[in-house]
Amino acid sequence: MSSTLQETQGRKGRPITDNDAQDITRIEELSYDLRIFEVMSREVFTLAPNQTIRDGLELLRIKRISGAPVVENGDLVGVISTEDLMRALTQNDLKSPIRTYMSANVISVKSYEPVVKALETFARTNVGRLPVTNEHDQLVGMITKGDITRGVLVAIRKDYQEEEIRRYRVRHLFEDITSDRTSLILRYHIKPRDFINGGQASSHIKRAMLRLGASAQLARQCGIAVYEAEMNLIIHTTNGGILRVQIEPHRILMQTTDDGPGIPDVNKALQPGWSTAPQEARNMGFGAGMGLVNIKSCVDKMEIFSGAGKGTRLMMEIHLRPEEKFSAAEGTEEPGI
Amino acid sequence: MPLRLRHNNRKQVNYMKLSEIIKHVQGTVLNPEVQTDAEIIGGCGADLMSDVLAVVKPEAVLLTGLCNLQVVRTAEMADVRAIVFLRGKQPMPEMVELATQKGIPLISSQRGMFECCGRLYCSGLRSFETNMNGSHE
Repeated sequence: MSSTLQETQGRKGRPITDNDAQDITRIEELSYDLRIFEVMSREVFTLAPNQTIRDGLELLRIKRISGAPVVENGDLVGVISTEDLMRALTQNDLKSPIRTYMSANVISVKSYEPVVKALETFARTNVGRLPVTNEHDQLVGMITKGDITRGVLVAIRKDYQEEEIRRYRVRHLFEDITSDRTSLILRYHIKPRDFINGGQASSHIKRAMLRLGASAQLARQCGIAVYEAEMNLIIHTTNGGILRVQIEPHRILMQTTDDGPGIPDVNKALQPGWSTAPQEARNMGFGAGMGLVNIKSCVDKMEIFSGAGKGTRLMMEIHLRPEEKFSAAEGTEEPGI
Repeated sequence: MPLRLRHNNRKQVNYMKLSEIIKHVQGTVLNPEVQTDAEIIGGCGADLMSDVLAVVKPEAVLLTGLCNLQVVRTAEMADVRAIVFLRGKQPMPEMVELATQKGIPLISSQRGMFECCGRLYCSGLRSFETNMNGSHE
């Protein structure tokens, strides 16, 4: 019941965001991925059924635990909890054997079961600690909710470290690979009139740049240039086109290629405010006639090859300043204004 | 108070808290799960996205009467920090989803472009609109 509320409302009654959803699924995933033997405590303090209640109290006090499994000839025959011992105390019955007060009806979990099984058992039975047995029903450990929390935290930290390592590797891609000329090429097919997905390729390009360690300013320059170019393919081309980005340690080459209808007068297209965009594009907020002008202001070099009835090739290039070069050592990132 | 007087006394601020901007435009945040305590450096009002891309600087608030996915994409590309949709325009769920994913707060205001821009400008928010001769203001 409470879990359905959580699914629709999220924590603290807020709607679930992508981020929350990611966290929840990861923890849920972990509770299925992690096995009980991975998180349980292996150090188990046991009692024998013929030991006295006094022995039981001593063990719990010294080891600071709230219950212990009772084992006879290697087999789990019961558990004794603080409450059971208190019952004995009120009867002033310290000399009786543990057997008299223990619960013989033992709820336990198997070491190879997923952690979620232990969670379900905790919720169903309201006990705080569960004995863990192996496939031969021998006692191999104990599990508490605290063990599970710790286990999940360790697993999440490991995830996080792996992600960090991956980011580090991407960032140092150009340093790690030796060649006379290394370049990374990203290629996207852009469909005509696809206004819904328009900008997705540019979004991926900007993200890739940031992951490679580009400064916010450089990623933004590239982002704006390829976004305008991508929208041009969507708005103007007959069959769409290719958006290609070539990342090299010292420069970024961006290029769009299409097969028509072509630009009859390239000089006119370069004038601010000149546009041939159809109403559909204008409704989407494009067609201000600033696209190529914007691109030009974001890149160091821009060239257009086109003509009426021909395809168009738009080439853009950004030279990286020495401190922005991808092969540069760490610490060159700067917040762009 | 007459607008003129306030303009004469206008003191430009280095930044304005987004929460303050929301009060000025009497806006409602449409994706409250995104952080709204950002510090906004300047503002830009436009319906044409290429105009936005031409003038806007990072950490800006964008005021617009246009309401489609490309507004959110434009904001993403230009590092726009927050978007205010004017005249009570309500973005589609896909837009809210994308904006939330990219961490961009979406704000809806019942007021119009002229009034919202005027109020923010008079309160000292910097203009991010470069004049075509290259100067500011």
